[in-house]
Amino acid sequence: MIEIRHLTKIYTDGQRETRALDDVSLKVEPGEIFGIIGLSGAGKSTLVRCINMLERPQEGTVLVNGIDMTALDNRELRAARQRIGMIFQHFNLLSSRTVFGNVAFPLEITGVPKGETKERVLELLHLVGLEDKASSYPAQLSGGQKQRVGIARALANRPQVLLCDEATSALDPETTTAVLDLLQDINRKMGLTILLITHEMPVIQQVCDRVAVIENGQIVEHGPVLEVFTAPKTGEARRLVRGVIEIDIPEDLLQRHSNNGDSILLKISFIGASAGKPIMADLMQRYPVLVNILFGRIDHIKDTPFGTLVVELSGKSAALNEATEYLARQDLQVEVLRDV
Amino acid sequence: MFNPMIWRLIWQATGETLYMVGVAVVLAELVGLPLGIILVTTERGHILESPALNRVLATVINIGRSVPFIILMVAIIPFTRKVVGTSIGTTAAMVPLTVAAIPFVARLVETALKEVDGGVVEAALAIGASPFQIIWKVLIPEALPSLVLGLTITAVNLIGYSAMAGAVGGGGLGDLAVRYGYQRFRTDIMLLTVIILIVLVQAMQMLGDWAANRMSKK
Repeated sequence: MIEIRHLTKIYTDGQRETRALDDVSLKVEPGEIFGIIGLSGAGKSTLVRCINMLERPQEGTVLVNGIDMTALDNRELRAARQRIGMIFQHFNLLSSRTVFGNVAFPLEITGVPKGETKERVLELLHLVGLEDKASSYPAQLSGGQKQRVGIARALANRPQVLLCDEATSALDPETTTAVLDLLQDINRKMGLTILLITHEMPVIQQVCDRVAVIENGQIVEHGPVLEVFTAPKTGEARRLVRGVIEIDIPEDLLQRHSNNGDSILLKISFIGASAGKPIMADLMQRYPVLVNILFGRIDHIKDTPFGTLVVELSGKSAALNEATEYLARQDLQVEVLRDV
Repeated sequence: MFNPMIWRLIWQATGETLYMVGVAVVLAELVGLPLGIILVTTERGHILESPALNRVLATVINIGRSVPFIILMVAIIPFTRKVVGTSIGTTAAMVPLTVAAIPFVARLVETALKEVDGGVVEAALAIGASPFQIIWKVLIPEALPSLVLGLTITAVNLIGYSAMAGAVGGGGLGDLAVRYGYQRFRTDIMLLTVIILIVLVQAMQMLGDWAANRMSKK
């Protein structure tokens, strides 16, 4: 649906040149929610703006639904933009228009007749749950409501693609979840392709199918969210994942369990189906070891459960080795935190 | 206090002032508004980016604003004569008033439009709006309260200028104050014209504030 090839964008400020994007290529499939994550200044905002040519790249091409955005003249570009929805961090609503007027704005731009506009706007307000706010002005709305108006406005001309530029960064965590739920709902109902950029890993975790990590204008890692989360390959990805699903075991806990003699400390990660198996009970029945659970949690990555368990195994060293090997053979990730 | 003839003069002068200022404001807005829009939209990074045009226009406007009104009035007498056929009287005074107000209006419009959040313009671009649609449906409606306040400032300023125009035979309250109040030592008439001017300015400012406040949805 979106295909970016060798995109390079350079900003020149006097003598200094900044490579905001450096040979970026990526592909977003129809119907998926694709996330781009990076710290501020990594180039993610530039990247999303290059898709609808709010920023002109120096090199490379951007194909949206087969149309090369870089090759369009002004009139063609305006027509193409009408097929691409966009929402913003600061909502960017027209303060002089009501909620109704804001959602009707893109329909006015494309020249949709008045009667049809009214019908469509009411339908959209229903979709985002703001029917009762039609005659309110943006200044009277909360942040979450403003972003809902932004979403309704972005969907007015039935786009195939929705670009989200830090759409939840100005919202509190609860509102963020509600807005993300709405986006996911729209994605499922309409098959809308969504490309979102964010610096918040929980956003990626909650809604994205695939993710790309951007650092210094380059995509350093990309793949299914589950993969990047559970087995990050680059330092940047690890840094971003840490704190979301990584665990920090308190030092005193490690200390307390460090002089017990014949015991080892393991961190076990379960993904998807394996999270449902009674592995620990199994382990104790098969091998003469004792399992002491020190820490456990289950997260969700989009719809897949992802569990983490820190356990202490105690027993004879041969039995410990066998037990560890057994665990490693299961569909699990096992990491030895402390050896005998 | 005054005989009826003086009252008639005062009424007539007030009417002339309002007429001069009213027509000059309308004409100055008609020319100044588009100039202000061009000034903003041709800036670097804006929807009609054109640095060369922007620089030329900004320079011309600055020159226009630097000429003292009293000099401008005299300097453009040939032009005034060409436009309205005479260089004396109320109608003739409207020409320099309008010319002086145009660059002033252009700058006020520029300031008002620059207050519009760049993000809103970007959103309109992303929606696929044309530059004309952005000017007409985004910039002007969003800046309307500021534009109205600018219009008020222009009108108030022109009342001051019109009094100056009166000094060289343009009619209006300024003319009355000079001919009767100053040259005939009628301090009472002088005082009354000043009071009328104060009331006019005050009323206009209040009206402008009220209208801008009503339009603002922020």
